[in-house]
Amino acid sequence: MTQPEARWSDHAVEQIIGRLLQIGVLLAAAVVIVGAALLLVNHGASPASYSEFRGEPSELRTVAGIVRGAAAFHAAAIVQLGLVLLIATPIARVGFTLVAFILQRDRTYVWITTLVLILLLFGLVFGRGAA
Amino acid sequence: MTILALAAFVGIGSFAAGLLGSLTGLGGGIIVVPMLIYVFHVDFRYAVGASLVSIIATSSGAAAAYVREGYTNVRVGILLEVATTAGALVGGALTGIIDPSILKILFGLLMVFTIYRSLQPRAEHEILSTPDRWAARFRLDSTYPTLEGRQHYSVRNVPGGFVLMFFAGILSALLGIGSGIIKVLAMDQLMRLPFKVSTTTSNFMIGVTAAAGAGVLLHLGYIDPTLAFPVMLGVLAGALIGARILSRANVKWLRQLFTLILVVSAARMLYDGITAVL
Repeated sequence: MTQPEARWSDHAVEQIIGRLLQIGVLLAAAVVIVGAALLLVNHGASPASYSEFRGEPSELRTVAGIVRGAAAFHAAAIVQLGLVLLIATPIARVGFTLVAFILQRDRTYVWITTLVLILLLFGLVFGRGAA
Repeated sequence: MTILALAAFVGIGSFAAGLLGSLTGLGGGIIVVPMLIYVFHVDFRYAVGASLVSIIATSSGAAAAYVREGYTNVRVGILLEVATTAGALVGGALTGIIDPSILKILFGLLMVFTIYRSLQPRAEHEILSTPDRWAARFRLDSTYPTLEGRQHYSVRNVPGGFVLMFFAGILSALLGIGSGIIKVLAMDQLMRLPFKVSTTTSNFMIGVTAAAGAGVLLHLGYIDPTLAFPVMLGVLAGALIGARILSRANVKWLRQLFTLILVVSAARMLYDGITAVL
């Protein structure tokens, strides 16, 4: 029987991580394209101006608000959902790296990777930065 | 301009930026932000939000190709990501406090540094063979593929690299860039990793750093879907095509073009920032 250490070698882990990243980016891009098409059909002729910063409306700032908006088929929220999926891709990568270190029984790196994961989720879920 | 026209032009510009960034190896973020500000008159904060999102796409897309070659040092990457993600959270919090004019000066200075680094000859330094105390503690020493088979290398100055990575994380979220130039500086110059290991591990880390910063910028309302989608799709398409035609492209001419764009943008950023502050 193969040892878990051998099966989950660093190189094998890297291969799976590489594939995971590609799938995540393609999925995110697909969702963004659907939302963008809808956005252009509905609002393509409206004037656009970004010279003054107004900030996004609150429902496009939080993961919960974006998911609700996308479920209601709002074009801007669907694009935003795609962007959230994109942000989630490297986070999923770190999550997978954590699983690999657990399988390798590498305690030091299980702790280090958990810390990175907590910092990332903190940014996406609470988004208050370090303030 | 209508939303449709803006999306089309920003998409084309971002495609060119992604292509140029991937062919020169200097990344797209550092030219996407000035393009949005000066060509499309976008507010600095919206430009930073859109650029940071596009960086996640290119880093994740490109990293997939690099990790398969066996250069990336995953342990070094994960350990230093503690510093870059913490830095990105701090940087994200600082964006709301620091005046955009100061950020433009910072951006201009980073571009000047990028020009300086890109003009320096890229000499491979001596590969170390004796492990340092921290490197041994975190088992960072590894091997990388060379023409004579896999060669062993040691890592040194882990604390120094860690501190520099924290600042790379801050700059990433503040300026909407991957700050690969600083990441490579930390790993290549301070930690003495082989150059190819430094660049691929840096690319591997950029997406994670940018994701931490982008989470914060999303909550601050800097990420506008209508502006971010053409930037993300354009840069991603440009970077993917760039990676395919890299072997056939005349990189020398492209690097000169990239340097020229950087010089003009840096001058404009510094001028704008300094006159606004004075």
